[in-house]
Amino acid sequence: MTTTIDLDAPAREPTFVGVSAGRRMKNAGATALVGLAFLIALVPLIWVVYSVLANGAGAVLNSQWWSQSLNGLLARQQGGGAYHAIIGTLFQGLVCAAIATPIGIMVAVYLVEYGGRSRLARATTFMVDILTGVPSIVAALFIYAVWISIFGLGRSALAVSLALVLLMVPVVVRSSEEMLRIVPDDLREASYALGVPKWKTIVKVVIPTALSGMLTGVVLALARVMGETAPVLILVAYAPYINFNIFEGNMASLPLLMTVERNNPTDAGSYRVWGAAITLILIITLFQLLAAFLSKVTAPKTK
Amino acid sequence: MTDPTVAASLAGPGDPGDRRGGSASAVPATTAPAAEPAPSLLKAGRRTGAQQGDRIFRGFATGSGAFMVALIGAIGLFLLIQAVPSLLANKGNFLTGRTFEAGDPNNLNFGILELSFVTVEVSIFALVLAMPVGLGIALFLTQYAPRRVARPFAYLVDLLAAVPSIIFGLWGAFVLAPAILPIAEFLNEHLGWFFLFQEGNVPLARGANVFTAGIVLAVMILPIITAISREVFERTPRAQIEAALALGATKWEVVRTTVLPFGRAGYISASMLGLGRALGETIALMIILAATPAMFSGSLFDGGATFASMIALSFAELNNNLSAGAFIAAGLVLFVLTFVVNAAARLIIARSGAKA
Repeated sequence: MTTTIDLDAPAREPTFVGVSAGRRMKNAGATALVGLAFLIALVPLIWVVYSVLANGAGAVLNSQWWSQSLNGLLARQQGGGAYHAIIGTLFQGLVCAAIATPIGIMVAVYLVEYGGRSRLARATTFMVDILTGVPSIVAALFIYAVWISIFGLGRSALAVSLALVLLMVPVVVRSSEEMLRIVPDDLREASYALGVPKWKTIVKVVIPTALSGMLTGVVLALARVMGETAPVLILVAYAPYINFNIFEGNMASLPLLMTVERNNPTDAGSYRVWGAAITLILIITLFQLLAAFLSKVTAPKTK
Repeated sequence: MTDPTVAASLAGPGDPGDRRGGSASAVPATTAPAAEPAPSLLKAGRRTGAQQGDRIFRGFATGSGAFMVALIGAIGLFLLIQAVPSLLANKGNFLTGRTFEAGDPNNLNFGILELSFVTVEVSIFALVLAMPVGLGIALFLTQYAPRRVARPFAYLVDLLAAVPSIIFGLWGAFVLAPAILPIAEFLNEHLGWFFLFQEGNVPLARGANVFTAGIVLAVMILPIITAISREVFERTPRAQIEAALALGATKWEVVRTTVLPFGRAGYISASMLGLGRALGETIALMIILAATPAMFSGSLFDGGATFASMIALSFAELNNNLSAGAFIAAGLVLFVLTFVVNAAARLIIARSGAKA
C-alpha cells in the first residue's frame, strides 16, 4: 500500500455533512403524523365525555335521581331516579369482587411462589391470557349454560356476578402477579432464615408488602366490570323497582337501565339514558380515585 | 402467629447459622424441592405442623391455577353440550345458512354465514382504522413525547379503555352517527361504484351501519393496541438507538431502523389482541347496528348483526333450552374465533421475546 498521496486534497468526504432536505422533510412529516395520531385519540375521549356530561347533567343534579327508583312511572313521565339501578350495579359488582379477589390472588400466588416454570404454571398463564380476551357475551352464555340450562336455577343478580367473576379474575391475576413479582426476594429469604414456613411467609410477609398494589388492581378491575352490559342483558331481567335480593327476582343496573330506556323515544327516556350514563361514569371514576387513594394509604412504609 | 408450632420454632434456639449449609442440602430431599429453603431450617420434630400448613396452602394455590386451566375447558365444553341438541334439530345449514330463526324450538333454522360477514367486515374495518393511529400514538408516547408528559398522556389514552362499551354505543348511535353522516353521504355519492361504498341494505340517514360501528370499534380497540405496542417499543435496546444516532440518523430514521424492526412482532400481536376484542364486542354494536332482514351486500353502509350483538339482542326473550342452544352455538363459534386470534397473538408475542 505505498501509493503516492496528494497531501493537499482531502482524503475523503468531510465526516459531517448537513442533513439533506429530503430526509429533513421526511423526519418532520413523521413527527407531525405521530403527533396527529395522538390528537386523533383525544378527540373521541373528549367528545364522549362532553356528550355524556351535556346530556346527562340535568339528571344527576336532581336530588331525586339519587334517592328514588322508576317504580310506577310511565315511559313518558318525568321524574324518578336511578337509585334501584345504582344499588344493582354496586351489589353485583361487590359480590363479584368478593368471589373474584380471593381466586385471582391465589392464582397469582401460585404463579409467582409455586409455579415456577412448570407446565401447569405456563398453561395457567396462557389460560389467564385467553380468559382476558373472552368476550363478555361468551362469559354470560357460559354461566347461562351452567346455571340456568343445566342447574335449572332462575335468572338472578347472582348469576350476573358469576359471569362478571370470569371477566374480573384475569385482571386481578395480572395485577396481583405483577405486584408479587416486585416483592424483593430478600424479604422472603429473611423470613425463611428465621424458620418461618413458606405459606406463612407468603401470608404475613409477601402479600402485605404487595397489598397496596394488589388492592389498587382489584378496585380498578371492579371499576372495569361494573360497566359490562352483556351479562346483565342475558342473566337478569330489568326491574324498575328496588330489589335487594341478589338470589332471585329481577334487578336493575345502570347498563341495563340504559339498554331498556334507549328504546324509549320520549324526553323522559333520554333523560334516564344519559343520566344513567353519567352516573356510571361517576361511579367508575369514584372507584378509580378510590384505587389511587388506597394505594397511597396502604403503601408499605419505607424509611 | 397463631400456630404454636411455628411460634415455638421461631422462639427456640434451634436454628444456628452454622447448620444452614449442611441441612439445606440434606433435608429438602424428603420434604420439598431444593428451591424452597423454608422447611430445611425447621427442626425435625417440629416440622409436621408447618409442613401441613404448607401443603394445604400450596394445594389451594395450585388448585386455583389448575382451576383457571379447567375453566377455559369448561367454557368450551358446556357451550358445546348446550349447542349440540339445537344443532341436531337445526333444519338449515349451520355454517352456510344466512338466516337465524331460532325463536320457535320446533322449527329451528339458523346459520352463521350472515353473522360472520358482518362480524368480519366491522372488525377488519375497525382494525384498518385503529392500526395506523395506534402505531402513531405508541411511537409518539415512547419516542417523541418528552418524558415528563409521556406518562399523563399515556394515561389519557388508557382512559378510553375505562369507558364502558355501552357508553361508546350510545355516543356512536346518538352523537357520532349524525355527525359523520356528511362523510358517509360523500363517500356513497362519489365512490358508490366501489362495493365498500355502494348503497347499503339499511337507510343511510340513520347511520346505523357498519361504517359508524367500525369507527366506534376502532376507538375502543385503540387503547389495547397502543398499550401493548408501547410496552414493546419501550424495550428497544438503547444501544441500537444510540448506534443509529451516532451514524447521523434523523429521529424518523432511528425509529424506522431500530424501533420498528424490534417492535414489529409486538405491534402485530397487539393488533391481533385488538381484533379479538373487536370480534367479541357486544353492546356498542348492538346499539349502533340496525337489524335488517335484507342480505349483507359487502357495503360499509349495510346494517345487520355480529355474533355478539345478535345474541345480546335476542337472548333475553328466550325461555327454552333448544332456542337458547342455537344462540349458544353461535356463541361457541365466537369463543373459538376469539380463542384462536388471542392464542395466535400471545404466541407471536412470546416468540418475539418481548412479553406484554
